[in-house]
Amino acid sequence: MEIGLTHYLIVSAILFALGLYGIVSRKHAVMVLMGLELILNAANINFIAFARYGGMNIDGQIAAIFVIILAAAEAAVALAILLNIYQHFKHVNVDEVKEMKE
Amino acid sequence: MTQEVILFLSITVLLVPILSFLINIFFGDRLGKLSGVVGTSILAFDFLIAATIAFNKLVTYADLHIIQTKFEWFSLGSFKVIVGYGIDNIAAIMLLVVTLISFLVHLFSTIYMDGDRRFPKFYAYLGLFTFSMLGIVIANNFLMMYVFWELVGISSYLLIGFWYEKNSASNAGKKAFITNRIGDLGFFIGIMILFMTYGSFMFEDVFAGIASGQMPFNNPTMLTLAGIGIFMGAMGKSAQFPLHVWLPDAMEGPTPVSALIHAATMVAAGVYLVAKVFVMFTADALSFIAIIGTLTAFISATIAITQVDFKKVLAYSTVSQLGFMIMSLGTGGYTNGFFHLVTHAWFKAALFLAAGSVIHAMHHAMHHMHDHHSDPQDINNMGGLRKTMPWTYRTFLFVTLALAGIPFTSGFLSKDGILAGTLAWANLTGGWHWIVPVMAFSAAGMTAFYMFRLTIVAFHGEPKTEIARHTHENKLPIVIPLVVLSILSIWFFYAPNPIDATGGWFHKMVVQPQSAVPAAYQWDFLLPENGGHDVIQAAGHGETAQAGGHGYLNKLQEESHHFHYIAMALSLLIAGSGILLAFLIYQYKYISADKLEARFKGLHTFSLNKWYFDELYNSTVIAFMMLVSKSLAWFDGTVVDGIVNLSAQVTRFAGYITGIFDNVVIDGFVNLVARVTEYSGGQLRKLQTGNIQSYIVFVLAGILLLLFFFIL
Amino acid sequence: MDLITIAFYFFAALTLGFGAVVVLSKNIMHAAFSLLFTFFGVAGLYVLLHADFLAITQIMIYIGGILVLIIFGVMLTTRITGVDVKSGKVGIFQLTGAIVLTLSIALLLLFVYTNTHWYQPESIPMESTAELIGTTLLTRYLLAFEAASILLLVAIVGAAFIARKKH
Repeated sequence: MEIGLTHYLIVSAILFALGLYGIVSRKHAVMVLMGLELILNAANINFIAFARYGGMNIDGQIAAIFVIILAAAEAAVALAILLNIYQHFKHVNVDEVKEMKE
Repeated sequence: MTQEVILFLSITVLLVPILSFLINIFFGDRLGKLSGVVGTSILAFDFLIAATIAFNKLVTYADLHIIQTKFEWFSLGSFKVIVGYGIDNIAAIMLLVVTLISFLVHLFSTIYMDGDRRFPKFYAYLGLFTFSMLGIVIANNFLMMYVFWELVGISSYLLIGFWYEKNSASNAGKKAFITNRIGDLGFFIGIMILFMTYGSFMFEDVFAGIASGQMPFNNPTMLTLAGIGIFMGAMGKSAQFPLHVWLPDAMEGPTPVSALIHAATMVAAGVYLVAKVFVMFTADALSFIAIIGTLTAFISATIAITQVDFKKVLAYSTVSQLGFMIMSLGTGGYTNGFFHLVTHAWFKAALFLAAGSVIHAMHHAMHHMHDHHSDPQDINNMGGLRKTMPWTYRTFLFVTLALAGIPFTSGFLSKDGILAGTLAWANLTGGWHWIVPVMAFSAAGMTAFYMFRLTIVAFHGEPKTEIARHTHENKLPIVIPLVVLSILSIWFFYAPNPIDATGGWFHKMVVQPQSAVPAAYQWDFLLPENGGHDVIQAAGHGETAQAGGHGYLNKLQEESHHFHYIAMALSLLIAGSGILLAFLIYQYKYISADKLEARFKGLHTFSLNKWYFDELYNSTVIAFMMLVSKSLAWFDGTVVDGIVNLSAQVTRFAGYITGIFDNVVIDGFVNLVARVTEYSGGQLRKLQTGNIQSYIVFVLAGILLLLFFFIL
Repeated sequence: MDLITIAFYFFAALTLGFGAVVVLSKNIMHAAFSLLFTFFGVAGLYVLLHADFLAITQIMIYIGGILVLIIFGVMLTTRITGVDVKSGKVGIFQLTGAIVLTLSIALLLLFVYTNTHWYQPESIPMESTAELIGTTLLTRYLLAFEAASILLLVAIVGAAFIARKKH
């Protein structure tokens, strides 16, 4: 079978599911962040696959570039926030950080 | 110099002292002792400007009645208020007097007030005071006059009460202010009568209106009343009976202030005002003025005889001399009245500054001896100061001679003219009016007596106390003003003839204006005789026509000339006997002062207690005012407060009713809404776990549900 | 089986295999290093998709930037020498929910992807994309490009500000 669009989409779907599982099931905030990166990569694979096979051409790649930019910014800010949380709580377990609730 | 330049300079001369005020009030603390130097230099500059104005006006524009300008201040519809300022001859002379004396007082104060806690404030107030006084001088309308009149009132209040830590000083300030307010009320009523009638505050418009024959409310009596009202302002400021009580108390102020306020400026303002509006007084108003002036002159002279406080004697002598001026104006002697104002300003300022010099020296001596109980102003503590303070003594003696009216002094020239004028006036009007010259001459005699009593007791003989022995002459800034002012009291500055001032420049410059009052309501002798040309002819059949063919303006002047030598002889005789008596009693002690005192016990006590004026006012006017105030307070407390309280009660009841409605109905509804919201919120908040991951689960579950819903 | 197919399966296995290790590993450091291989696999897939520029970008930014950041984050927020390096477990209830949810999402996506008839025009073979991307970014997507640059600036400043020690 010729490798086509569907193959890439299936890879991206599984990667997305793995990322989602990471976000939902892990306590450690850095792990949540990693799951997020996986999801972003899954999205990027979709963009580029459609750029290659779906006729989006260069626009798909541009969209992927912006996703990478956002991921970089998000990682920087998220880690800064993490450091703050760590200084405050001495841990970064997201399920225990619920002071904003009240 | 053009008229515009003179006008510009006169507004400058007005505003320069306010500069001193502003600098010293805002930067005084930073300047410290320098503020005295700053104030003095500013006033020196001001004096130079004033001198320029006076010189130009009196030399170049001598024949021009007034150089003035006017402008619209504000308008309300057709109602326009025009104000302005102008320089006529008397204003030019007054500018000189005010600025020079103010400058000398500034200079004097650099030593006298040295070390005072509020030294810069003192200079600020002096600047404000000078500014206000100059405003009065250059005003050419009633409104501006009134505004600056009140400014003088407030700045004198500040200066008299300068040492407000002393109860007596703050009371004296209040007394001066309130007494002046009584006079100002009359002034205000007078202005309003004139404004209602003539629709203008400008002097020229009002005078033109009067000359046209239009009477306020078509009633000549109202014109008299307006005149008396305006004169009441003068009575307050110039301390005329019965409003004279504030001036002696005002001696509580620092002595330089006394010199400034009570010699040259504030008290002169009243006389100046009467001179400014002289042409609008009817015969009745003039009689009133004359009688008030005479009473003032006589009463204060009798009080001055027994006072033992150095400054109090001078204060009553000031009141007495102001009485002379007012009397002179009231008897139609415009020129002599104003002349006396000027000459008196010099020598009375000198007297007060000399008093300041003596008190300063006494203070120093007391300080030196660690004596804090004696009264440095009591003349019985002095004596022998002639030797310790030679320059003060010399100048004091000379200006005392001037005040007593001894030839070769300026005081002789002016007082002699006034006395001759009263004789002429009494002769022309006759009847009981003769009491005016009688009282005037006796007051003149008493003046000579009490001034020499003061001189002899304070300066001659042996020192009565150790304090007096330890006094010594003051520094130059105190001595210089004394010398300058004494020099200005020499006759030569006013007229070449030492016994007759009518030939001098002053009488040429200050010519009696023609009355604006219609002939029917004016003394006939104040009206021009048979038109302009006949004036000189009328003069021709008098014994000695004036040199240069200058004719008499009216019959009064002619008559005064007749009485000139009689008055001179009489006044010399009386003044001489007054002086002689003073020497006999106090210098040579041929007559015992104590025995005299015992003999005339009643009279002495009466005089010593100042005719019981203060007591009289306390028991009548003030008691009445207190009664009125108390009944008003009662009315306020019961009736007005009752009404207010009642309405408050009603409001409260209404508020109570609406309060119940609010509490039950509106609050109930609001609470219901709140409860519902609270309950539903309480249920919903259970969904909020605060756990981000569960949120994500919810979101995704929601998406899945939606997808299944749409797909299936 | 041509070479492209082999390469695809290799990179797909690399990506998914290490991706599974990332989310399933108990040790955070293991997870972080597995992420490296996942990113590398994704970059390989990009190459296969003719996105050479993006593959380089992926390696440079994800591996050189984001991954380093994450490792720093791990080291700064975890006591490596202690026992706490392991990521804690969540409750069994949540774990079950996560598995169910993930599986349903994965199945849904796979169902959608495999049953959709995608529009697939004749693909234009692309040579080097770097020049084209540069031109397009600075013409058609200029506004988004500028917005992204401002976003990055703000993120840098904000991150520096937030991470700064409070006094």
